Amino acid sequence: MAEPAREVGSSDSLEGQIEQWRSYLRRRPAIRPMDVEELEDHLRGEVAALRDAGLSENEAFLVAVKRMGALDAISHEFAREHSERLWKQLVIASNGTAQPVDEARTEAIVVFVLALVAALAVKVPELFGREWGAAADQTFYARNFSLFVLPLLAGYFVWKRRLSVRTWRWLALAFAAGVVLSNVYPFETGSDTEVLTALHLPIALWLPVGVAYAGGRWGRSAGRMDFVRFSGELFIYYALIALGGGVLIAFTLGMFKAIGIDAEPVVENWVPCGIVGAVIVGSWLVEAKQSVIENMAPVLTRLFTPMFALALVVFLGTMAWTGRGIDIERNALIAFDLVLVLVLGLLLYSISARDPQAPPGAFDLLLVLLLVSALLANAFALAAIGARISEFGFTPNRVAALGENVILLGNLAWSTVLYIRFLRGRGAFASLERWQTAYLPVYSVWAAIVVVGFPLVFGFE
Amino acid sequence: MDINKDLVAATATPLVLAILAEGDSYGYAILKRVSELSRGELQWTDGMLYPVLHRLERQGHIKGKWGASETGRKRKYYHLTARGQAQLADQRQQWQMVNTALRNIWPAISLPTRLALSPLRSHG
Repeated sequence: MAEPAREVGSSDSLEGQIEQWRSYLRRRPAIRPMDVEELEDHLRGEVAALRDAGLSENEAFLVAVKRMGALDAISHEFAREHSERLWKQLVIASNGTAQPVDEARTEAIVVFVLALVAALAVKVPELFGREWGAAADQTFYARNFSLFVLPLLAGYFVWKRRLSVRTWRWLALAFAAGVVLSNVYPFETGSDTEVLTALHLPIALWLPVGVAYAGGRWGRSAGRMDFVRFSGELFIYYALIALGGGVLIAFTLGMFKAIGIDAEPVVENWVPCGIVGAVIVGSWLVEAKQSVIENMAPVLTRLFTPMFALALVVFLGTMAWTGRGIDIERNALIAFDLVLVLVLGLLLYSISARDPQAPPGAFDLLLVLLLVSALLANAFALAAIGARISEFGFTPNRVAALGENVILLGNLAWSTVLYIRFLRGRGAFASLERWQTAYLPVYSVWAAIVVVGFPLVFGFE
Repeated sequence: MDINKDLVAATATPLVLAILAEGDSYGYAILKRVSELSRGELQWTDGMLYPVLHRLERQGHIKGKWGASETGRKRKYYHLTARGQAQLADQRQQWQMVNTALRNIWPAISLPTRLALSPLRSHG
């Protein structure tokens, strides 16, 4: 076997073989070009050692490749470690092969049926005399709207991820609690607590949807991060579908108007079906066509982070320059909550798209600038509000807004600390990611507190 | 001897960290050191080392840096961080505890040798 086969041109063939091996590696979505370089260095080390032991170039290459392990297994391990790279392909389960055609068709049918069920479910209350568009029933639909679609969406993921009965029983329980709470409480019509319930119930119920989406990976940071990505992409798809729906409605109305028929009452009646159906169809699109839209949320984040940072810095600068305090009127707190939500969104989607191993860069500095200026602006606002909150009184709206502010502030303040540590090389980026994913349930739990507790505490006013 | 997969996975972290505590190193050299330390008994699938290294890097236990090999090719070297040292100290304690427990029980029991087991295996 120890045949010193070192004829001229053999190094070409070795290079050729290595090149071919590299191209196989590169096709794996979980293995990045940098990893290929690292693995290649390893392969070359092994080949050199084997050749020193007397093997021919060909033999050395074959043995080295064999020792490297099966590409499928390696790429699977890389995929487990770097799940963020797979967001577009999600090959962990299917080992790199695309979804079989009949499976995809089954899924399309399931989605179509679920969307149809959601669309019909919205119509069911009409059988009991609840009329969409009637002023008296507006608050009924506002309170319950998320309940027509979110359980079905969770059901889609329960089916797709093959969740165990034990898990989905808990999810069903959560949705059932939502149905009971939003309908049993004797709200005064149009009261603050009723509006708060309508706003917070979807946020509270987004948690069970997340648990279903993660399909057993909810306990892991990567699973939750995937859900964050999913939520962002769904939002974008949904906005696009809504835009298309709007155009469709405008054209329909216009055409019927041309023949002298007012189609508005009919169309208006069917709009809610579209609104709920689109959530399920949008989710399916996000699942199925991840690579088509190429992660829009991070792209938008890149685009808008500098602009928001600039706007906030200019705002703070103007405040300092002119010496103007924040003019506290009734809705100032909500406005600042929204600023914090926005900043949190920018932070989350920057984190979700970032390679955790990349060294700190200019964009990280920009994000820290954004965080610090948002925290400063919010601190001024809180100080001003705190001074006058007793004067305004503790209405349910204000307590809810204040609670949200505290929750967001807590998250962003600690994120800033972690981010600065990372920039100074004292911490890993992963700790920031873990902090964000660990925090996710807090939003839903707070929303649940608002839904469950506030009506009782404030007497359904 | 074939070592159980779970055991290989469990020992990977302390071994890699300890090898890097000896000095900065790179993938191929780390594997060679593993083989040396176990007198060739512990054989990892080469490619599996890298996801482990990347995980340790993500957790902040080690830090990778691209440099050049003797021949001038790109090579990624890993360095043990302060956090990794703390983790290694922690792991060492845990493994010593496990080791002590096992050491204490081995002399107290008698086991059939591997040879005696093999007919049983062929039935199963």
